[in-house]
Amino acid sequence: MKHRKIHSKKRVTHPHAIEVADLSKTFGSGEKTVKAVDGVSFTVQKGEVFAFLGPNGAGKSTTIKMLTTLLQPTAGRVRVMGLDAFSQQDDVRRRFGIVFQDPTVDDELTAYENMEFHGALYGVPSDRLPGRIREMLEFVALWDRRDDLLKTFSGGMRRRLEIARGLLHHPEILFLDEPTLGLDPQTRNHIWQYIRKMNREEGTTIFLTTHYMEEAEKMADRIAVIDYGKIVAEGTLSELKQRTKKKTLEDAFIALTGHAIRAENAETGRHMRMWHGRR
Amino acid sequence: MNAVYMLWLRQVKKYARSKSRIVGALGQPLLFMVALGFGFGPIYAQAGGGNYMHFLAPGIIAMSILFTSIFSGIEVIWDRQFGFLKETLVAPVSRHEIMLGRTLGGATAGLFQGVIVFFIALGFGLTPNWALVPAALLVAALIAVFFTALGTAIASKMDDMQGFQLIMNFVVMPIFFLSGALFPLDGLPSGIREATAINPLSYGVDGLRAVLTGASHFGLGMDLAVLGVLTAASLGIGSYLFSKIQA
Repeated sequence: MKHRKIHSKKRVTHPHAIEVADLSKTFGSGEKTVKAVDGVSFTVQKGEVFAFLGPNGAGKSTTIKMLTTLLQPTAGRVRVMGLDAFSQQDDVRRRFGIVFQDPTVDDELTAYENMEFHGALYGVPSDRLPGRIREMLEFVALWDRRDDLLKTFSGGMRRRLEIARGLLHHPEILFLDEPTLGLDPQTRNHIWQYIRKMNREEGTTIFLTTHYMEEAEKMADRIAVIDYGKIVAEGTLSELKQRTKKKTLEDAFIALTGHAIRAENAETGRHMRMWHGRR
Repeated sequence: MNAVYMLWLRQVKKYARSKSRIVGALGQPLLFMVALGFGFGPIYAQAGGGNYMHFLAPGIIAMSILFTSIFSGIEVIWDRQFGFLKETLVAPVSRHEIMLGRTLGGATAGLFQGVIVFFIALGFGLTPNWALVPAALLVAALIAVFFTALGTAIASKMDDMQGFQLIMNFVVMPIFFLSGALFPLDGLPSGIREATAINPLSYGVDGLRAVLTGASHFGLGMDLAVLGVLTAASLGIGSYLFSKIQA
């Protein structure tokens, strides 16, 4: 396989990074039917930082899975960089990078090997890969632990490695699904600064989900709020605050989605995930 | 091809690092050779079958390849549960390459396990025709690739390890016991005869026996032809099913 350039210079003239139209996903059948995503439409412009917010179980991760070719929609259409996320999967996969919400690192490999594996799979040229790995491992303060197996890492260290790995190659679109969950404020700041820099200097489109409202407030050019599988609000930070007549995004978010704590907890989340595999 | 190599390397590294698994997987072949080899040896000789250990050793080598390979394939489920599968599923590499790399890696582990058991069998009195040992490696490699691909195909349709016992008892064990690894295929009653004839491992065991000891039921040409076709088919089907996985 030929190595692809890390910095992809050729950008297609298509104006939207992501276009989602009437996207739905239903799990199960009969009485047990769960409509996880229900007729969602939105667009993300190229070079934009787009925050996709919602309470637990609102349909965020299911939507991200459909945007990143991991899950086939029940209905609707997803275009990533003008390409159909389902019929042109392989092409779409070349255009984005993702940091998943769940752990996806390999416990039986070392930190360095996890990075190396990713770099090779994503076509980072082999002459630049070692330097790039070092840079990213130093960035998340894991360089000294590079030769340790992942199974010896703490939760926070694994999380940092996930992020370092996701940023190793320079994709045109970066999906970040609650990337900073469980990290201390220092690390979170450090990471968001870097992502901001990528966005400004390389024009990387950022699609993020987070439960830390101040992160979305600081980072996002535009925000969409999803609840019960439907988009309930979309706009810039000031638009959302204006519309809800609230002073902070957190208050606006609660005004939009209500105070009720969702039935979905870690346990059912896990259940849902196992369920997703069952086409 | 870089991706195929990386996936291969990962499987091989994982295997090489799981020392307890390698050693653990040697327990069964050892037990079989001691208990069956020495236990049935006298009766087998009395019945005019000759040296039972000589007969048994290729079957036990095939068994260890079968187990290590099919479980390497089934590892896809672990990767799904621990999340790593997603990392490979969104990579900008065709899923066929990913499946091929994984399968060749798992098959390498299976082949290596078979080689270890081969050396153990030498200690138990296997006297192979050394000139034909490279041919034995070819047969062993075909067994390894076929069963790793089969494991991958099965795992692509499974969500979690709950079906594992089912696979073990209704796929892996029957494949082993009805393969002629433990008993000669000549003069079997009907029923068992057909079951052994449609069992892919029968051809693997027979092929190994043909090159290592010179005795064969189907003939080496037939063994290689059947294994070759099955291996190609399992790679194709496994690759297709793997490409359809959703997360």
